[in-house]
Amino acid sequence: MKPAPFQYHRAVSVDDAVTALATLPDAKLIAGGQSLIPLMNFRMSRPQTLVDISHLDNLASVTLSDGVLVLGALLPHQRLCEDALIREQVPVLAEAAQHIGHWAIRTRGTLGGSLAHADPAAELPAAMVALDAEFVLRSVRGTRTVAARDFYLGFLTTDLAADEMLTEVRIPVPPQGWYGFAEVARRAGDFALAGAYVQVRDDGGGSVTWFGISGGPERREFESVPEDAAALWRELLADVDVTDDDDYRRHLGVLVADWAYRRAQGEAQR
Amino acid sequence: MSETTQEVSPVETREGTVEITLKVNGKSHRIAVEPRMLLSDVLRHELGLTGTHVGCEQGVCGACTVLVEGEPQRSCLMFAVQAEGREITTVEGLTPEAGLSPLQAAFERHHALQCGFCTPGMIVTCEALLRSGRPVTEETVREAISGNVCRCTGYQFIVDAVLDAAKEGAR
Ligand SMILES: Cc1cc2nc3c(=O)[nH]c(=O)nc-3n(C[C@H](O)[C@H](O)[C@H](O)COP(=O)(O)OP(=O)(O)OC[C@H]3O[C@@H](n4cnc5c(N)ncnc54)[C@H](O)[C@@H]3O)c2cc1C
Ligand code: FES
Ligand code: FES
Repeated sequence: MKPAPFQYHRAVSVDDAVTALATLPDAKLIAGGQSLIPLMNFRMSRPQTLVDISHLDNLASVTLSDGVLVLGALLPHQRLCEDALIREQVPVLAEAAQHIGHWAIRTRGTLGGSLAHADPAAELPAAMVALDAEFVLRSVRGTRTVAARDFYLGFLTTDLAADEMLTEVRIPVPPQGWYGFAEVARRAGDFALAGAYVQVRDDGGGSVTWFGISGGPERREFESVPEDAAALWRELLADVDVTDDDDYRRHLGVLVADWAYRRAQGEAQR
Repeated sequence: MSETTQEVSPVETREGTVEITLKVNGKSHRIAVEPRMLLSDVLRHELGLTGTHVGCEQGVCGACTVLVEGEPQRSCLMFAVQAEGREITTVEGLTPEAGLSPLQAAFERHHALQCGFCTPGMIVTCEALLRSGRPVTEETVREAISGNVCRCTGYQFIVDAVLDAAKEGAR
């Protein structure tokens, strides 16, 4: 099948994009199109107007200022993998981005698109929750900042209003403590069946953030990790409303948390 | 298909279409397209560049892979209007006037194709790898083509061909 007809507006600036989004009929942003176009090809999505932000090259930037790493919404996933500043400041993000789809998907799909699309099995939304990031949202009504933790509201549901555009992501750096990442997928490039980020601080406490097992990123805090770490992950998973295959998902949840924890420990010892 | 590039684009023309300038394999094409037309379809049906194959239209099979500014991207997951202003290279653009490119020749030597459906996407992706300056090892080749499905060869000969072409390039 082919996409249904739509009006096309190529945005020349963020102002232009949010104005178009607010005024054109049934308008939707398109960035990399790596989530939206498959949906349109199968007519599961048929917006009347597409506002193309993929030409806003100045939003594909990485800057570091005053302990905040600022990532532009149009950064392709491949840049997250390769950018020297990102690899230095938040290596776990570069590592996780490597697991998104394939090379030809990562060169086109964008940070903002993944965060706004909010696929429950996506790597980046959970990374942002784990890293205490904030999202900057622009609309004709103004600019607001939302913590990633408050942005994700459940299955494909976010705090993003229909007229808003995510313009940048702000990650406090250096991150507190050490991070590890792990995921399980059937084949390289597939969406994860389960994944986790584990943060371990100096004092032994930290957090675990799962993805792929429920409607969105699931972050839980811990004071310390006992000898039997798996028991802790199982306990923290207890109140997570897993999507399906209850036993299997929980099993994977424990597994990925354990691997991610070991990697975080490995980082701490370096 | 005239070759002027002066107009500001995209310009709305007859109901439902816009005029755009597409740069493909070093040539500019001025064409009228509906915004909903995928780059893959415009390459094949409007420009006659049928080397770009279409398998799944959901980004999974890799048959439609082209280079955009030198990077591999899915032409089935991009509207042609979005590609305006970008340098597009298809498998035709990677093929010399006469004969085969070193990578294509290596594919032939190693029997790295059978039905040939996946081959354009494989060539485009692997050429991007060879040109990228990344190390070319069995691991990086397999990682690069992990997004290109081949139903015939079992991949081994494709990997062999790319490694051979890389060696040749280094000589
Ligand atoms: C074969 C394949 C495999 C994939 N595998 C994975 C994977 O393993 N993990 C993974 O995480 N993803 C995967 N993806 C999806 C990929 O990561 C997408 O790039 C990403 O989800 C969306 O980014 P995009 O720029 O392409 O967004 P688009 O498709 O352009 O847009 C997606 C949605 O976000 C909205 N949007 C886009 N940009 C903004 C913005 N700046 N502000 C507000 N709203 C915006 C759009 O309106 C739309 O609703 C895969 C995709 C394919 C085709
Ligand atoms: S047709 Fe584009 S990836 Fe399959
Ligand atoms: S040669 Fe037939 S699909 Fe690859």
